[in-house]
Amino acid sequence: MAKKIRVLMAKPGLDGHDRGVKVIARALRDAGMEVIYTGLRQTPEDIVEAAIQEDVDAIGLSCLSGAHMVLFPEVVSLLKKRKAGDIVVAGGGIIPEEDIPKLKKAGVRVVFGPGTPLKEIVAFFEKAGAAKGA
Amino acid sequence: MPSRAPAASKAVRGLVDELLAGDKRAAAKLISLIEDDEPEASAALALIYPHTGRAHYVGFTGAPGVGKSSLIDRLVREFRARGRKVGVVAVDPTSPYSGGAVLGDRIRMADTGIDPGVFIRSMATRGHAGGLALATFDAVRVLDAMGMDLVLVETVGAGQSEVEIASRAHTTVVVEMPLTGDAVQTMKAGILEIGDIYVVNKSDLADTSTLVANLRFQIEERDGWRPPIVSTSALKDGRVDELADAITKHRAFLDSSGMWERRELQRARQEILENARRLLATRVRAGPEGSGFELLTQAVIARRLDPQSAAVRLLRSEASSPRSAPRRPRSSP
Repeated sequence: MAKKIRVLMAKPGLDGHDRGVKVIARALRDAGMEVIYTGLRQTPEDIVEAAIQEDVDAIGLSCLSGAHMVLFPEVVSLLKKRKAGDIVVAGGGIIPEEDIPKLKKAGVRVVFGPGTPLKEIVAFFEKAGAAKGA
Repeated sequence: MPSRAPAASKAVRGLVDELLAGDKRAAAKLISLIEDDEPEASAALALIYPHTGRAHYVGFTGAPGVGKSSLIDRLVREFRARGRKVGVVAVDPTSPYSGGAVLGDRIRMADTGIDPGVFIRSMATRGHAGGLALATFDAVRVLDAMGMDLVLVETVGAGQSEVEIASRAHTTVVVEMPLTGDAVQTMKAGILEIGDIYVVNKSDLADTSTLVANLRFQIEERDGWRPPIVSTSALKDGRVDELADAITKHRAFLDSSGMWERRELQRARQEILENARRLLATRVRAGPEGSGFELLTQAVIARRLDPQSAAVRLLRSEASSPRSAPRRPRSSP
């Protein structure tokens, strides 16, 4: 059996908007990946623990509440603390342009804003999964 | 040891040592290794197997949406409050078209997984029918070896004929909910015959007494155990403690009645046969072109030979041609 790409899609913090994350989960599923969706209002600790137990290749964080500058870096640093820094972290949602370089500096590999073609997001996770499987 | 599994690499031995010490990351890595059927999967399983056999395996089945995940979440908390360590393997379907899957059982188990005494793993069926994935009970064994007292297995919830779980779990819990049909639904063969415990969930939403009465009318004592019927509300925390009591009581019954050993015996036999069947099929298919299999296939198409006689010949030639050791014994679901 070939290695499957596994992705955790998560909504950190107090944000009830999950339309986007569901669209992406569906697109990754249709591209042949196994997507674990953990639902709304997750703490960074919940997300990192789930990522470790599910042994995912990558995490997609969706945030539309404006708290991304706290929550995204927290997930990255907790992963490192748990010796799981090899798990790729991607972010998405309503993220101001000027925050993107800071998030990348904090270890978020990529940030997808509104209007990003699904193809581009799928390609990113395929590449991340392939790189990790090697 | 008579095992012909290949020797494990240092990396896999290290992972197994960490697993036995209770490390979650090692457990997760080993489950992936087995699930992806990587070259070292058999070696890993062979190392893990001697450390299994202690945990109580409890299967949950029932139609989609009856509340299996929510019920498991509440049960995990209940057993944790009783000081037990609990593993969960939750299976969801793989798309037959894309090969992908959305695994959503964890949504109902929100922050339960963060408890050090809990490990939850989602699993896609990857084309296996019957409500489980091929690697489901391999994952269960990883969690058993890790030191979990109970391992709860959630099937995909396909519906009426998903009975495979009953042959693999020690205790099978069938979950139903009210308003799902008339009394004849409870008379149908299959899923309603396999339960050691029956649950009527969502008691907060509708009256459960009709369904409970219908079930009570149908359910009979088997091998000295009369399956109890528990009405619960997973969302309102209603009577989940009674369900935990019923599960504990069934374990005690299995131990005291000798049924635990009987089930072990049945399971071991079944697993050996299923592995033998799978390995044989793999070897036959992997044979070179122009091999016996290919020639026999042509003879069957030309109506010179019937399929059953072809199979008899194939088995005879298989037995007389020793080949290298098979790569992959596994615990079938």
